[in-house]
Amino acid sequence: MTAAIQTLNLSAWYGDKQALKNVSMDLEENKITAIIGPSGCGKSTFIRCLNRMNDLIDNFRTQGEILIYGKDVKYIDPVELRKSVGMVFQKPNPFPKSIYENIAFGPRIHGINSNRLDAVVEESLRKAALWDEIKDRLNDNALELSGGQQQRLCIARALAVRPGIILFDEPCSALDPISTSKIEDLMLELKKEYTLVIVTHNMQQAARVSDYTAFFLYGELIEYGETRQIFKKPREKSTEDYIIGRFG
Amino acid sequence: MRRIKGVVFEYLCLVATSAALLLLALLLWDAWDKGAGWLTFRFLDSFPSRFPEQAGIKSALWGSIWLMLLTALISIPLGVGAAIYLEEYAGRTWLTRIIEINISNLAGVPSIVYGILGLALFVRWMMLGRSLLAGALTMALLILPIIIISSQEAIRAVPNSIREASYALGATKWQTVKFHVLPAALPGILTGNILALSRAVGEAAPLIMIGALTFIAFTPASPFDPFTALPIQIFNWASRPKAEFQYLAAAGILVLLALLLTMNAAAIIIRNKYQKYIKW
Repeated sequence: MTAAIQTLNLSAWYGDKQALKNVSMDLEENKITAIIGPSGCGKSTFIRCLNRMNDLIDNFRTQGEILIYGKDVKYIDPVELRKSVGMVFQKPNPFPKSIYENIAFGPRIHGINSNRLDAVVEESLRKAALWDEIKDRLNDNALELSGGQQQRLCIARALAVRPGIILFDEPCSALDPISTSKIEDLMLELKKEYTLVIVTHNMQQAARVSDYTAFFLYGELIEYGETRQIFKKPREKSTEDYIIGRFG
Repeated sequence: MRRIKGVVFEYLCLVATSAALLLLALLLWDAWDKGAGWLTFRFLDSFPSRFPEQAGIKSALWGSIWLMLLTALISIPLGVGAAIYLEEYAGRTWLTRIIEINISNLAGVPSIVYGILGLALFVRWMMLGRSLLAGALTMALLILPIIIISSQEAIRAVPNSIREASYALGATKWQTVKFHVLPAALPGILTGNILALSRAVGEAAPLIMIGALTFIAFTPASPFDPFTALPIQIFNWASRPKAEFQYLAAAGILVLLALLLTMNAAAIIIRNKYQKYIKW
């Protein structure tokens, strides 16, 4: 197996408060890895370390190594890093601009040839399974779309800069079940080309979409393995308790 | 009993509101009653004179417009720049906190104090004399804290999720500010700036302090010319014993009010226009 992402003894702090404790894990290429655990267990912190999103927070610091395709992120310019590691957030956050501009922004700041822009916009929207619904209203404000469409637009926006890895931070927690299932189908489609990591509160979702599952508790990686094994035969007592809903 | 208390309180609030409105209406009516008859095109197009029938506010009106434009040119880039720095670039350290507290305090400093500063700094030390530029620099100092604070509020109102979205696509800080934060904050920034400028247009004290003249029989042609402004002219007329000058002062007040109301209306229109399509 080839690891797209590797962490070695990764620890992280917000001020004095430790959020991650010595997390070491390898995330495989072209697979979906789900990160589960109760609120405050460090799962969001973990994926926000992967594209150095937490660098934007004062008082945040990390220790240990994060390797993306074998390169330590400490030595990659965060702007370059985020080009290859995209992110989709909990609440759909389209820019208050047209649908077209939402997608075009990323390629444009990375210096795309402007006569290829239309093609990239269409390709990204197609990949995000949104093209057919909105191809006639590319100039409408993105905020007029429904919540589920907005989230797929955010996925298309991330795809447009051609990352290899996409991080999903609870992408469906603000969506209804139908929109959720559309996003899940989309993720299964995307994993052919991309490496996906999804943080989720929804255990069924983890079981449905992911190949591997990691269970975090109090900042520690408790158990990590194939999703089927984690859900059928968890090795750790706390994993089992969490999965069957005894806490969290 | 509880219900009665509620009703009484409601009426007390109503009385307070109406008292304020009534007072304002009374002032307006007084100014209108005295000044409307004197408010002619000749009044707008004549220079001041010791004969009330020939006196007008041409130089004061032009002085105020010059002053407003120059003040805007100086204070808006500085104020908005400072707001962007404080909100987007400076970390949340004790130093930024001290700077912000000081800016808030400066917003409460009486305008005459800025006049003294302007007199010492711009008129004397920089040897600008009693020029438009000295006046505009003084006014810029006066409204700078208001511009910074209102721009900061507008920038802070842009949700963090927009910044995150931009960074997550590999945008730099400057690209994020330029393409997303500033456009979204612009209506709020504009509104705050216009309101701050309208404060500058209505101020007399700092201008009197730096020695803006009251009798000017020409319109300024450059930022280095001496000048007068509407509030100074009104103050001057109002302090004369002859009754006709009181009417002239009232007419001047009407012109100043019209200018201020136009600016405030512009601020409201800008805000409403952009509010329609920016919803988070």
